[in-house]
Amino acid sequence: MIEERKSFIAWLQAGPMMLVFIAFFLLPLVFVVIVSAWDYNEYEMLPAFSFRGYTDTFEGCIAQLPDLCTILKTYAKTVKLCFLTWAITLTIGFTIAYFLAFHVRSKTWQIVLSLLCTIPFWTSNVIRMIAWVPLLGRNGLVNQGLIDMGLIKVPMEWLLFSEFSVVLAFVHLFTFFMVVPIFNSMIRIDPKLVEAAYDAGATGFQTLVNIIIPLAKPGIVIGSIFVITIVMGDFVTIGVMGGQQIASAGKIIETRLNALQFPAAAANAVILLGITIVIISALTRLVDIRKEL
Amino acid sequence: MTDSVKLDAKVSRRSLLKGAAGIAGLAAGSGAITGFPYIKASEPKVLRYLGTGVNEGDLIGQQCFKDTGIKIEYISATTDDVTKRVVTQPNSFDVLDTEYFSLKKLVPSGNILGLEAKKIKEFNNITPVFTKGQLPNGKKIGDQGTAPWKVLYLDGANSKNFSKTATDYVTLIPTVYNADTLGIRPDLIKRPITSWAELLNPEFKGKASILNIPSIGIMDAAMVIEATGQHKYADKGNMTKEEIDLTMKIMTEAKKAGQFRAFWKDFNESVNLMASGETVIQSMWSPAVTKVRSMGIPCTFQPLKEGYRSWASGFCISKATTGPKLEWAYEFVNWFLSGWAGGYLNRQGYYSAVLSTAKANMTVDEWGYWMEGKAAKSDIKAPDGSLLEKAGAVRDGGSYDDRMGGVACWNAVKDEHDYMVRKWNEFIAA
Repeated sequence: MIEERKSFIAWLQAGPMMLVFIAFFLLPLVFVVIVSAWDYNEYEMLPAFSFRGYTDTFEGCIAQLPDLCTILKTYAKTVKLCFLTWAITLTIGFTIAYFLAFHVRSKTWQIVLSLLCTIPFWTSNVIRMIAWVPLLGRNGLVNQGLIDMGLIKVPMEWLLFSEFSVVLAFVHLFTFFMVVPIFNSMIRIDPKLVEAAYDAGATGFQTLVNIIIPLAKPGIVIGSIFVITIVMGDFVTIGVMGGQQIASAGKIIETRLNALQFPAAAANAVILLGITIVIISALTRLVDIRKEL
Repeated sequence: MTDSVKLDAKVSRRSLLKGAAGIAGLAAGSGAITGFPYIKASEPKVLRYLGTGVNEGDLIGQQCFKDTGIKIEYISATTDDVTKRVVTQPNSFDVLDTEYFSLKKLVPSGNILGLEAKKIKEFNNITPVFTKGQLPNGKKIGDQGTAPWKVLYLDGANSKNFSKTATDYVTLIPTVYNADTLGIRPDLIKRPITSWAELLNPEFKGKASILNIPSIGIMDAAMVIEATGQHKYADKGNMTKEEIDLTMKIMTEAKKAGQFRAFWKDFNESVNLMASGETVIQSMWSPAVTKVRSMGIPCTFQPLKEGYRSWASGFCISKATTGPKLEWAYEFVNWFLSGWAGGYLNRQGYYSAVLSTAKANMTVDEWGYWMEGKAAKSDIKAPDGSLLEKAGAVRDGGSYDDRMGGVACWNAVKDEHDYMVRKWNEFIAA
């Protein structure tokens, strides 16, 4: 009886969130999946069963072997950018979080310094990206500075509208999403554990590898999920920073939407979702977040 | 302490509620007595205006309100988003400002209303560019692509078919149009540019750009390829699959060789690329060139021997718009063609659909500079009063007849649109 009551209350508590989740996430997602198997013409969706959205997307994938077809090339590029961004944000984010959690002693300073990490978000996304042009451009500050110092003769063009600039912009934007969850995990590590390790004669590196990293894992995984999901679906940053010359999974969806080919866009969205879920579930396989929290 | 605070809060909240109820009651009461009979008469004339921003401007809205009492609520979106909205949410706007090439998608959707030509006062004065495909002086102009006169008329008010002959039902009442070409930085190129072929000239490796809107970008690409002599298209606006393949192959090779610095998608991006010197030659829109120049940076909207790629836009009405709103919509369209707006657009470097009324709203000097290709006698100012050109300047490309007469093709939606979009994605991924 009491058990039943308890579970009823639990359902009641989870209910509102669940309803919101169903109405604004699950249902739309179901529609996307349904529409992805529809047909379309120049201006409307035709509710007739068709896998055209999918077959068009993978057009030439077998015929062009061993060359990669458009969609595989696009995903290879997206995953590559995603991996680079993830590796760099993780390194920088972990270092910052470590510094905040273990070297900054006062709560106030911890808060002040974390807030400093939000500075990139004080202006709009587009302005932030346009601001890179005068810095990294052919006649930008970096190139002019290096030329004036006599280090280079001709401006380095790969600084802007390249994979370098895309990853740079991503790292600039999303390191914060790594810092917060990792910091959150780290401040919950009992200082006594670190002291015990020190007393037992562990080096700093051994403490890091055997105590801090394992205990910060949930933060690392949550931060990774943030960064990976955002980068996999991005088309604005890749578009602007890549000079619209670098393909991304999100960009393909956008082009399809703009051409009013909703079923094809939905099919691409389903593919992207599938791949992202695979990556995320592999990550959560490594760490059981629910258990760790 | 906490108790007294709580008490205070309660009291003040209650008195506030009472007060609010009183005011609400008063308002409701006064409304019921004095407001009701006048509601119909005082209902403001509001039209929701969906468009890409070319024709929009606070000044146009203000002037329209002053002249007609119609309040315009602008809904701005990109060309693609406007089309998307018309197809998916026809109830979300009254007046639609869109380009002729979108009609191939919009008309079959059945969401827009053919306007009655006889209700448009200036209809017979609309430039023959739209109605006959020729200049006022009789010269025929290029008809490749979705030229306006091919899609100007409908079979009937509710028809989904374009009519080849003139009927009473018009798809879009033309408002504004222009001839687009390449923008260049003469200070960095330092030699005359006369052909579209220059876009792929290795001399400008890493300094060229094209716009990343597939249906328009591929037209510019076609102009370039035809200029280099690699292929002659029967209709650049309606390529076959083989022609699309060929076009994208040549462009992909250029992209792989590093010809392009970046592609651009919106107005500001194009201004930025050019102003910062990242590119020195690229597809461009007239007001973007003006913007770069107003920053004090030399930029030319370069006339080229192969001609211009043209676009045109106009007004139509949502099928969901009925009753008095429909009448206001006609009133608004008539106001738009009556001259003030035409003069305003001409002064920005666009062309207005009814030339006679626009002329009456411009000075002789302005008309000479913008429309006749004459050197400006005094400084040329933008509609907001800022200086555009000093006295003595001549417009790039010259007169209306020279520019519109040089049109080679029009923005278009192809029969193979779906295929082209896929190929464009491939091009971006290459």
